[in-house]
Amino acid sequence: MIRTTPFHERTSAANASGLWEHWSGYLVAQKYQLSEKFEYFAIRNSAGLFDSSPLYKYRISGRDAEGFLAGVLARDIRTCLVGHGQYTAWLDDRGFVVEDGVVFRTAADDYLLTSAEPNQAYLDALRGRHQVSIEDVSEASAVLAFQGPTSRDILGSIAPQVCELPYFGLTTVTIAGTDVMVSRTGYTGDLGYELWIPADRALAVWDAVIKASAGRGAIPFGMIALSMARIEAGLLLLDVDFGSSRYAWTDATRSSLVELGLGWMVKGLSGDDGRTFVGRAALERELRERTSRWKLTGLVLDWQDFDRHYDDAGLIPPKDHTPIHDEYYLYDDDARQIGWASSLMYSPILQRHIALARVPLDRATPGSRVKLELPVSHRYEYFDAVVSRLPLYNPDRRTA
Amino acid sequence: MATKTRRAASANGTGDGTDPITNLPDRRAGDRTYDAIVVGGGHNGLVNGAYLAKAGLRTLILERRHLVGGAAITEELRPGFWFTTFSYALSLLRPDIIHDLELTTHGFLPLLMPSTFAPMENGDYLLLGQDHGENLREIARHSAHDADAYEAFNHDVLRVCRAIKPLLDEVPPDIFSDDPEELVRAAAMGSRLRRLDRKVFHDAVRLLTGSAADFLDDYFESEILKGYLASSSIIGTKVGPYSQGSGLVLLYHIIGEHDGEFGAWAFHKRGNGGFTQVLARAAQAFGAEIALESPVERVITRHGRATGVALSDGTELRAPVVVSALDPRRTFLELVDPLELPTDLVDAIRRFRFQGTSAKVNFALDGAPRYPALGDRTDQYRGFTNIGPSMEYLERAYDDAKYGWYSQRPYIDTAIQSTIDPDMAPPGKHVMSCFIQYAPYHLKGSDWDTEKERFGDTVQATLESFFPGFGDLVLQREIRTPLDIERTVGLSEGNIFAGEFLAPQMWLFRPAPGWSQYRTPIDGYYQCGSGTHPGGCVMGAPGKLAARQILDDRARRGAGPTERRGAVPTGA
Repeated sequence: MIRTTPFHERTSAANASGLWEHWSGYLVAQKYQLSEKFEYFAIRNSAGLFDSSPLYKYRISGRDAEGFLAGVLARDIRTCLVGHGQYTAWLDDRGFVVEDGVVFRTAADDYLLTSAEPNQAYLDALRGRHQVSIEDVSEASAVLAFQGPTSRDILGSIAPQVCELPYFGLTTVTIAGTDVMVSRTGYTGDLGYELWIPADRALAVWDAVIKASAGRGAIPFGMIALSMARIEAGLLLLDVDFGSSRYAWTDATRSSLVELGLGWMVKGLSGDDGRTFVGRAALERELRERTSRWKLTGLVLDWQDFDRHYDDAGLIPPKDHTPIHDEYYLYDDDARQIGWASSLMYSPILQRHIALARVPLDRATPGSRVKLELPVSHRYEYFDAVVSRLPLYNPDRRTA
Repeated sequence: MATKTRRAASANGTGDGTDPITNLPDRRAGDRTYDAIVVGGGHNGLVNGAYLAKAGLRTLILERRHLVGGAAITEELRPGFWFTTFSYALSLLRPDIIHDLELTTHGFLPLLMPSTFAPMENGDYLLLGQDHGENLREIARHSAHDADAYEAFNHDVLRVCRAIKPLLDEVPPDIFSDDPEELVRAAAMGSRLRRLDRKVFHDAVRLLTGSAADFLDDYFESEILKGYLASSSIIGTKVGPYSQGSGLVLLYHIIGEHDGEFGAWAFHKRGNGGFTQVLARAAQAFGAEIALESPVERVITRHGRATGVALSDGTELRAPVVVSALDPRRTFLELVDPLELPTDLVDAIRRFRFQGTSAKVNFALDGAPRYPALGDRTDQYRGFTNIGPSMEYLERAYDDAKYGWYSQRPYIDTAIQSTIDPDMAPPGKHVMSCFIQYAPYHLKGSDWDTEKERFGDTVQATLESFFPGFGDLVLQREIRTPLDIERTVGLSEGNIFAGEFLAPQMWLFRPAPGWSQYRTPIDGYYQCGSGTHPGGCVMGAPGKLAARQILDDRARRGAGPTERRGAVPTGA
């Protein structure tokens, strides 16, 4: 029997589409309305609620918690102050990315790490002599993402402290008589928050947020709208845009941190900063010897060329915002395959088709041109596309 | 003498479309010479000015009022309530303008309208949403026959749209000219028509010249579906659905697109005023200057060519290119002396039909109206609510106008935009834009200043009949008659398209035969308003195509597109 999240009583009542999907063993809404695009515009123009509860969550605490995480995570946890979080990744000893996630420092020796897949055994195996406790607390809390330009005003009306919260900041507020941890984080690339709620208080907090939203256009959104927003924001999805090195059969489906465009996480990594972490030696070698095989970057299709292909075929050019989590192949002008793309969609806010793409290093500079293969009228055509810096959509309010 | 040149301190929006709509702050201009001056800061003036500035011309856009946008403005007429005073939705905006002018970086944000609601006089309704299959079931609830007929109708009309659409993005050929280049263009156009499928060609002609009723009757039997579709055939035009010519208006309201979907409409963030603010920011980012409260008295000409403009306060500004974004009557009969123009052109412009027939009544509401059959639901208002339950209802509304009076039971296209964009009204409150037909500019035996409030009462009574208790929700009512449109925006006789959408006034003939290529008989004086091809509806195409013509003319004369100031050589 598929599990339901602590919000299920509310999400099932709100889901007018009847469409659900399974996420990490839980039932979650694909979309609540008949139009996922309407939900997407709530994220970009007002605010939306997303049930993020199925995330895996690990509490890592104890005297050596900082030292432990400094050795496990690629991004230097020692720079993360109490009351803050970091988007981070962990690597294998060959420098390939195992997974990414967000880590919060809730106290000097207390952390919460989120991930898409289970990682208890992986973390246990690296414990060594560290005095640290690693506890799977996935079911202890429900996670409510509240995202969009008006999220601060709405949430601030019931929890004023959130108005002062910096990007990736973390605080505890009281909502519906419940202590709720709130972080200024999300997976939409917009202004937004995530609420970490004791599971048994999930419904009361949901109701309080809904009540505060009354008349202000905030609505629940499902997986499809979330994916639209995350692609525009250049946020990667495991098993779509990259695979875990832990379970890959070949290196072709493994990626290094630099190849994924996440090299900024280890910016300034040079000399002896007193930190040893899994994958560091390989990462340094990759940087030193420039052995990255490709780079993950944004791709924007040339809209005129797109329309022309369909016009020539006697068709109306489709502008479908529904993300396609599949592989598309990239070519150079001589029809040689040079990479591939994932997460293709028509972005309503950019008014163009966009994708996340792996391109060779000599094409990684923004403005470089490649050809994307797409079927038109039952045959492949080759569409002009331009390599573009991620995130493709990045409003000031996201971090302001 | 002090000039009133103003521009924004910053050309950059935040990109999220939430900028307040304000005046552009002061800046004194030292140099009064430009490469191009655009008269009128409506959407076409802004588009035109932005393209010219992008091509490197030092461009000044002059606006008479305290804000740009022309008829596409949003105003806070009551604290917290933002009204789309006139124009209220987007569909026909040309996609290349979005990209060429980089509008998405300046906050372009057309919001999806997920439903269309059509109440009926018997209390029933037609409610179409985002699920295709559900829509067909909803139509079948009224007529099983009409469900797949609706599919067939859409397929046939889309084929026509696909065939006709390229015309919207091309300068019409001048078939009256002996210029070999024009003959080639006309021939190319002819051969393109010849390649059309014969049914598509025939359907196109039927739509462009015939009545919406004839076309719709071929497909449908349900009155509510026909009423809803036929409503698009009368917008802004003095025709009823049974009038020949209404098919053209219908086609115009289907040929627009939103995210690649023909016939889809959107509300821009903060209404169409939010959109024209985006255009203004884009124009400024390309270097165009915008001067508010700078009414132009006349275009200055010398030896048959334009050399600049004179403002009402006497200020003279020089430019070898002057572009009028005003309607044809003002462009040819007011900004310049008709004596300078060929008699046949002056005659044609005098015959050009404006006869505005639309009005707006906008409401600030204490809450969403209640439609009894839907109980406490309000999601049906997240798009247009179409008060035009049958073709007969629409035609009877037209009957009043035919004889010089406003409709006693008017057609009303309502949009409660605050359900889509919560920033337009305080939480729980709403703004409701109501587009009304018919409200003829010329009233028989009375005038609009006398009739205005009674007209507002008629509209409100009609709404009350569909939404019992509506009057109790009204916090404020703003009535904009055709006379108000003319006085405020400057559109002659209040015609929202700057001249009616009738076949004799379109394409080769808009605004006059031989003058459909944005030029005028006065060298250097151009037209770019909605009174030129392809017309109004916030397409922006006239502004874009006029800019293309201006830049082509400059290139042809040897003035490089980036050449700065100084007279354009006159030798051809």
